[in-house]
Amino acid sequence: MTSLAAQDLGIDFGGVRAVDSVTFEAPEAGVTAIIGPNGAGKTTLFNMLSGVYTPGHGRVFLYGEDVTGEVPYKLAARGLSRTFQNLQIFFQMTARENVMVGGHLSEHHNVLRHLLPLPSLFGEERRAREAAAGHLDHVDLADVADRPASSLPYGALKRLEIARALAAEPKVLLLDEPAAGCNATETEALAALIRRLADEGLSIILVEHDMAMVMSLSDRVIVLDQGRMIADGKPEDVRNDPAVRAAYLGTDA
Amino acid sequence: MAQRFATPLVLVAVMVVVWFAADSNFILRVASLVFIYGLAAIGLNILVGDAGQVSLGHAGFLGIGAYAVAIGPTTLGLHPLLSMLAGVVIAGLIALVVGRPVLRLKGHALAVATLGLGILISMVITNEAWLTGGPDGMPVPRLTLFGERIRGADNWFWITGAVLVIGALIASSIKASPTGRALRAVHDSEVAAMVSGVDVAKYKNIAFVISAIYAAVAGGLLALFDGFVTPDVAGFLTSVELITMVVLGGMGSVLGAVAGAGILTALPQVLTAFNEYEHMVLGLIMMVVMIGLRAGIVPSLIALVSGRRRAKAR
Repeated sequence: MTSLAAQDLGIDFGGVRAVDSVTFEAPEAGVTAIIGPNGAGKTTLFNMLSGVYTPGHGRVFLYGEDVTGEVPYKLAARGLSRTFQNLQIFFQMTARENVMVGGHLSEHHNVLRHLLPLPSLFGEERRAREAAAGHLDHVDLADVADRPASSLPYGALKRLEIARALAAEPKVLLLDEPAAGCNATETEALAALIRRLADEGLSIILVEHDMAMVMSLSDRVIVLDQGRMIADGKPEDVRNDPAVRAAYLGTDA
Repeated sequence: MAQRFATPLVLVAVMVVVWFAADSNFILRVASLVFIYGLAAIGLNILVGDAGQVSLGHAGFLGIGAYAVAIGPTTLGLHPLLSMLAGVVIAGLIALVVGRPVLRLKGHALAVATLGLGILISMVITNEAWLTGGPDGMPVPRLTLFGERIRGADNWFWITGAVLVIGALIASSIKASPTGRALRAVHDSEVAAMVSGVDVAKYKNIAFVISAIYAAVAGGLLALFDGFVTPDVAGFLTSVELITMVVLGGMGSVLGAVAGAGILTALPQVLTAFNEYEHMVLGLIMMVVMIGLRAGIVPSLIALVSGRRRAKAR
């Protein structure tokens, strides 16, 4: 079954077509990679899929339901979560609190209860802290859980974003360049984590520049160039596609 | 759990010390004013320090609370406490309705829009003289509780002190709750808060309503305490003072808001020794504090002390 699908999706910025008629379907479990040269429109596509941008045309479907133009927090409630290429960390919080915000959807939202120091809240809070610790452990950040996020190195913050996204217990996870700024060891650990999550049934859509990681990890690769889809298939097929080689190497196909 | 009770307990301790140290009713009266403005600043800090949204018109809500306890008993014959409740409800509703469209704005646009709201409320108070007494203001009937008229600096000290402690306890509880976390998330990154499932517009509005309610309660207390209200209570200068209390004391710090209120309220009384240079000295102190303690008085001092302790442990 399809988790997330785009149909003829596109958007213009000031007369420039940033993304043009992208159509794809991501499977319910597995890794779908979106690659392409800089400025190909990968992050713009992510922003439309996650509701940050309203698409100029086309439709987005989540488990068969039309969610085009739906606001991000409602998409999150429907099981779509994401990370950001340029870090969007809550820098005034600890690592743990960042992840606890990720768990916002499963918390009680009766503000009136939060006005008083109710004992029942203390228990909920303790469980939320423990749940956050579990997600931090997933990305090897358990030992820095109570450090301020602002004191953590770049690679750790990339993983913190993943932990926060996982805390929302998503069914579809959009990862925007998770390996950027990570060293070889970190990238390897990250790839293993992504593969494990996909094998556990998560539908992962990955934008990534690390080609070795993309090719070894992905079940399916979509290639964008100048806002258009130029290839869609298994990693080995895409690798040998003349149009893809042309886009990356700048030669005529 | 400790973070919810620490600040209220510190406030109680300070109150007891002030109570025993005070050698005149004048000091108790100044302390009451500090408690009242501290309450308003705690509320505003939830909007500014936690949620990261500015309001330059918050005195408008102070004014609504103050005039409610002036108009309610004289014109409608309501009990002062019932009038105060009415003021709180009106301020909360205005914040709820105005908050949605206004809090969509960011930065300077939000500052100007909230400034406009404050000016609007203060203009209504000034112009509707048949109801509010106009620019000259109006007297406020004394508060009676259990058939007793409340008077005397000592009674007011404990009444305003008790309300401040309750306000600090509520603010500390919010801070430690999922709501507080959601507000701080909105402050740090709206887009990350959104994709984490936080309804950003709703939480901004919650902070706005809560801060308006704090201001209205403080305004009601201020009017009852003074026995008289003028439109100044809702004026631009008061709004600026409230924001200054929050920033000076420390954004996001409950105790900081009270400390800021303390400095802005009590210091001018102390500085009267400087005669006409009083405001100059006050301004100078504010500048030096902000340059030296950038995060505000309380957070900067906490960082300083914990930094020292860490250095010693090493």
